[in-house]
Amino acid sequence: MSTLDDATNVEINILEILENNGKATPDEISEVVGVPTEKVREIIGELERNGVIRKYKASIDWSKLDGYVYAIIEVKVALEREKGYDHIAERISRFPEVVSVRLISGDHDLSLTVRGKSMKDVAFFVADKIATLPQVVGTSTHFVLKTYKEDGVYMGEEPKDSRLKITF
Amino acid sequence: MSEFASKKAKRVSDVPQSGIRRFFDLANSREDVISLGVGEPDFPTPWHVREACIYSLERGHTYYTSNYGLYELRELLSQSYRKRYKLDYSPEDEILITTGVSEAFDIAMRAIVDVGDEVLIPEPCYVSYAPCVRFAEGNPVYIPLSQVDFKLRYEDISSKTTEKTKALVLSYPNNPTGAIMRRGELEEIADAVVEHDLLVISDEVYSELTYTTKHTCFSELNGMKERTIILNGFSKSHSMTGLRIGYALAPYDVIEAMMTVHQYSMLCAPITAQMGAIEALKNGWESVESMKREYDRRRRLTLSRLRNMGLPCFEAEGAFYAFPSVKETGMSSKEFEERLFKDKGVVVVAGETFGPSGEGHIRCSYANSMEKLREAFDRMEEFLSRV
Repeated sequence: MSTLDDATNVEINILEILENNGKATPDEISEVVGVPTEKVREIIGELERNGVIRKYKASIDWSKLDGYVYAIIEVKVALEREKGYDHIAERISRFPEVVSVRLISGDHDLSLTVRGKSMKDVAFFVADKIATLPQVVGTSTHFVLKTYKEDGVYMGEEPKDSRLKITF
Repeated sequence: MSEFASKKAKRVSDVPQSGIRRFFDLANSREDVISLGVGEPDFPTPWHVREACIYSLERGHTYYTSNYGLYELRELLSQSYRKRYKLDYSPEDEILITTGVSEAFDIAMRAIVDVGDEVLIPEPCYVSYAPCVRFAEGNPVYIPLSQVDFKLRYEDISSKTTEKTKALVLSYPNNPTGAIMRRGELEEIADAVVEHDLLVISDEVYSELTYTTKHTCFSELNGMKERTIILNGFSKSHSMTGLRIGYALAPYDVIEAMMTVHQYSMLCAPITAQMGAIEALKNGWESVESMKREYDRRRRLTLSRLRNMGLPCFEAEGAFYAFPSVKETGMSSKEFEERLFKDKGVVVVAGETFGPSGEGHIRCSYANSMEKLREAFDRMEEFLSRV
């Protein structure tokens, strides 16, 4: 059974809260974790400096605005001597159009998520910038038609609370 | 007046209609309501459990099970109690699967209570205990608990015991107070139990929800296993309230007596829920822990907000309730409940609903989202600033 009084557990507790709500303030966190606000600030600062907390961001359903088109690009790579995957992965990661880069097992080597204003945008980006890299042997582009769940957040309607208002 | 009124059984007419019904209808009729009156988890049943229920339906598992319940479920429970409490309950004849703890309590009463037997019930407590004793034609005897910490003490038992006293109901972690009892405190109770030769019905349905220490199962205490009926279930730990699945652990002759009632009334617990419970025991502990961590955050928020708005509140260490005192407002708990609802649309439950010693307190359930809780406490604060 877990008790939440040792330092690591307080840290994990704070991270769980922030992972779910990046806007939670130190005051709010202090109230639910049972550690003074100053201490919460200190712990969060430490977690930021250590790179455990990378960034605070919102989970946005862009499809509501017709804002962006997403595609998953599978990339096959010819490995360079002594450099492995890291070099090409880093190079690809530098493009702002590329939202995520992962090394994966299976038929392909890298799996990218690319974001653009239109399908044409994405297609040309892949053709011009990714497929032409010397280490890239082949690409395969899959456009995202609809996102149901992203980063642990379900994008559909959550069912409403249908519990009775009073039960014993 | 219908023909029936004069023919109604005494055991039913003796039990007063709950006064909360009117309030209940009122609360359900308003849309802007935030309810801290709910005695069930707000988390949905973990998906893997629901999925196991769906799969069992697909495979056509819709038949009766053994009266005792599915053997696999009893075996998993037996293993779980051995692992967690070092207790040995035989899956063969010391475990009975029931339709929620409610049924388990009812048949326990019918199995052990004879006409006129007294059953000790510390209060404030869950609302079903006394009526079930009455349905079994016994006499419930309330033990008023200290309003300081709502724990039961040795003297409380001794002062209420007569030669007709047969059993004691224990209910920790407690609904409505959120109080728990630690091992040392329970040992005192065990002494009184031996001294007065009592049976114990220990409703431990909130056992997974203790935040400051590990739960002690009453049967763990020296000499208690042979005189205790442990009642527990999946409703609170795994958010499975509507699936109605609970169980009783007791010496084989007690289980056999309960079985006699169970097989001729309920027959067996619903199989779909039993299948869900099997999955919950096999793979559900992670979800239990994660829900518990969230409850604990809400608990701290709840206690801190209530105290800051001037409602003294003892340290609730279990279940998902806080039980603050509203005495300083000059209102009775019923009055507080009604006015808070009318003025601010916040539902709490008056302490007196759970027994006379609950008067002067309100039950606030924190089985609700942080956002809703904060909104409810803001509204309560406004309410208090104007009374």
